Amino acid sequence: MSQLNLHLKVWRQNGSQPGHFQDIDAPDIPDHASFLEMMDIINERLISKGEDPVAFDHDCREGICGACSMQINGVPHGPAKATTTCQLHMRKFRTGDTIWVEPFRARAFPVLKDLMIDRGAFDRIQQAGGFVTVRTGAPQDANALPIGKEVADAAMDAAECIGCGACVAACKNASAMLFVSAKAGQLNSLPQGQPEKDRRTLGMVRQMDKEGFGNCTNQYECEAACPKEISVRWITKLNRDYAVASLKDALGNSPKEAGGGD
Amino acid sequence: MSLNSNIPSGPMGMKWSKHKQDSKLINPKNKRKFTVLVVGSGLAGSSAAATLSELGYKVKCFCFQDSARRAHSIAAQGGINAAKNYQNDGDSVHRLFYDTVKGGDFRAREANVHRLAEVSVNIIDQCVAQGVPFAREYGGMLANRSFGGAQVSRTFYARGQTGQQLLLGAYSALNKEIASGGVKMYPRTEMLDLVTVDGHAKGIVTRDLVTGKIESHAGDAVLLCTGGYGNVFYLSTNAMGCNVTATWRAHRKGAFFANPCYTQIHPTCIPVSGDYQSKLTLMSESLRNDGRVWVPKKKEDCGKAPDQIPEADRDYYLERKYPSFGNLAPRDISSRAAKEACDDGRGVGPGGRGVYLDFAEAIGQFGAKTIAERYGNLFDMYERITGESAYKRPMRIYPAVHYTMGGLWVDYNLMSNLPGLHVLGEANFSDHGANRLGASALMQGLADGYFVIPTTIANYLVNEKPGSITTEHPEFKKAVENCTAQTKRFLNIKGKRSVDSFHRELGLLVWDKCGMARTKEGLTEAINRIPALREEFWQNVNVPGSGDFTNPELEKAGRVADFMEFAELLCLDARHREESCGGHFRSEHQYPDGEAKRDDENFSYAAAWEYTGNLSQPILNKEPLAFEEVHLAVRSYK
Repeated sequence: MSQLNLHLKVWRQNGSQPGHFQDIDAPDIPDHASFLEMMDIINERLISKGEDPVAFDHDCREGICGACSMQINGVPHGPAKATTTCQLHMRKFRTGDTIWVEPFRARAFPVLKDLMIDRGAFDRIQQAGGFVTVRTGAPQDANALPIGKEVADAAMDAAECIGCGACVAACKNASAMLFVSAKAGQLNSLPQGQPEKDRRTLGMVRQMDKEGFGNCTNQYECEAACPKEISVRWITKLNRDYAVASLKDALGNSPKEAGGGD
Repeated sequence: MSLNSNIPSGPMGMKWSKHKQDSKLINPKNKRKFTVLVVGSGLAGSSAAATLSELGYKVKCFCFQDSARRAHSIAAQGGINAAKNYQNDGDSVHRLFYDTVKGGDFRAREANVHRLAEVSVNIIDQCVAQGVPFAREYGGMLANRSFGGAQVSRTFYARGQTGQQLLLGAYSALNKEIASGGVKMYPRTEMLDLVTVDGHAKGIVTRDLVTGKIESHAGDAVLLCTGGYGNVFYLSTNAMGCNVTATWRAHRKGAFFANPCYTQIHPTCIPVSGDYQSKLTLMSESLRNDGRVWVPKKKEDCGKAPDQIPEADRDYYLERKYPSFGNLAPRDISSRAAKEACDDGRGVGPGGRGVYLDFAEAIGQFGAKTIAERYGNLFDMYERITGESAYKRPMRIYPAVHYTMGGLWVDYNLMSNLPGLHVLGEANFSDHGANRLGASALMQGLADGYFVIPTTIANYLVNEKPGSITTEHPEFKKAVENCTAQTKRFLNIKGKRSVDSFHRELGLLVWDKCGMARTKEGLTEAINRIPALREEFWQNVNVPGSGDFTNPELEKAGRVADFMEFAELLCLDARHREESCGGHFRSEHQYPDGEAKRDDENFSYAAAWEYTGNLSQPILNKEPLAFEEVHLAVRSYK
């Protein structure tokens, strides 16, 4: 194990006040430490000097909860492919490096403090249709509905999304299309998701627009930044599903009018 | 105080049916007058909140994470058990029940475990209907695997991320109910205290982690779904935010804490590499299906590269000691065996705390491609963390704290001894006894939330007048004042040490004295040292910032303060239990071959500790455990 001497430029911001980069020297960082452990070490040092530690979101630190969200040298989650910030290790850096650390930037993700952002928009998009309406206790036996392995595997590919928002941060338009297409795509491609497919698609896309995410211009930065390597093919599928649902909607077959009475 | 577990009468297989039949009903019009507070949004919390809302109750759900989807259930890798017998390999509800009671080393309540096994089948149906993408076979049927010491294939899985997929299913149900207006969600909100009125749980006090605002919430019942206390050890596989605060605060308000000494150490984690380490990463136990565990036979070989150690000089100690289970021996047994090998000076890697998990034979037999298909994501994760490729050299693994079987005492209705306070999932003590089997945690969280509490909560609510207590009640004011005062106190200490430095010191002490092997002497030493550390914490901790804005250090301080108190109870419980069982191994109590020696005559009970105001002198209440179905036997895996 060796030690790295680094120089950081870290974004500092309190709520809606203007932010700025702070220069922080980071000597003697073990190269086996993770990026967040490096931030822990820096915070310990700031605290001992009576300074304000850097606030950042993190929880599981094993790449699955999706809480960590740092833009490192301009790239969401930093330089390692298919890796969240918490799984990025310092051996990817060289002594003498200057590292820029910023929050994920998007109008729909307001900064709360320093590197912490509010991703409530993602929750609200899923509340607008990202589910199958089924009551607890109602279902039939699980094997009564055979689902081909290929279909199940594809749905699983989409379901791997951890909702971190790197796709939004990577996009010049701050589009949430990769996220929304993965979420809608998982359910839209399974038989369980068919009855509500149109309603789900329209609901989620409309909520996405309402939240202030930008448009997709097919440059695939999102796929390159995604720590779970979600494919942009899901965006194609969402566009297709959206076109069909919109057409039906325009022809007066609005999903809102569906539904029966008791 | 005598504890009434409210186990229904009748034969074991009929108890839950009978109880459902006998449970009270609340008419739909009245249900919407009741408010239920659900703390935590993991598998237990999300599934309970969603299902109670479907039934018509008004629900408020709280989580400290920024989204309900990030609760730590998300990180479970391996799978979920269910007695479906889709493989036709002889599984049944009874066999899952039997395995769980035996796996728990005969320290769980039989009736609860049987219910768990019964509803396990409904969980899979429910999850599939929600669109959870479980692994499937080409014919479209669900796939299963054998997992964690089971001799049948009853584990359902979704790649290496079953926890995320099940939680996303429960979260989608929760979203459906949020959209319908039945659930109000409070993310980035941490419970600081429980409010009791005339002994009944009637509300909570929370802190908004963005604005710092301390608020009151009144409800007709409170559900704690707040997970386990593994982070008392500082280093564990738990997420950084996992904490004991909700259950500990409830304990201080009168709820009994049961069997805290039952802690599970997971055998396959990546070893500690340095003192900057913030958490330990679990490598799924499924790796043991193809990996062989070994250490050098000779101490002097430990520094050599593993490929320089010939077969004859390797000790495949699990295969040697447990020929019928081999590398698949249960978690507690595998963990202790690794510790023994390292204590013997034959550990590998930094600090000598590691053993090899070797895939060379499996790669030779099936090819690297097949192994990559099975474990590719795990091998990648291992390489990211250690910088080593497990295709080329054996993994190094070591046990780490993973799960806690102890928790708040609950009766068959999942209600604690405080009326109105219900406890679900890992936060309660009821189903796993002294040791939890692999793929059973997800099962229990969802069983409690989807299928148990929606029936049993009515047994409490039916006698309550809805909305009778509001946040105007003086008990709320008092609790808010206490929480506000604690915040001020933290900020005014302005000491010299960070919160983490105290947490680390506490964790090392507890791991050392109350970890994989415990002695009366070591526990006594810990019990003597914890109060002094706690005292120093309150004199010398440095919590920067203010109380009225985002302040992660303040959040940690509150959690560590509670761990400082809880740690003493953990060690007291471990010292009082003069036997070895499951995850609790007392070095004084073992057979000559090193196996755990239970004392059924004297310790066949759940230890439910009562807070007295003096942390060093809690009162011990006992719930005797009767075994009607499964005969007490030595738990042998040889």
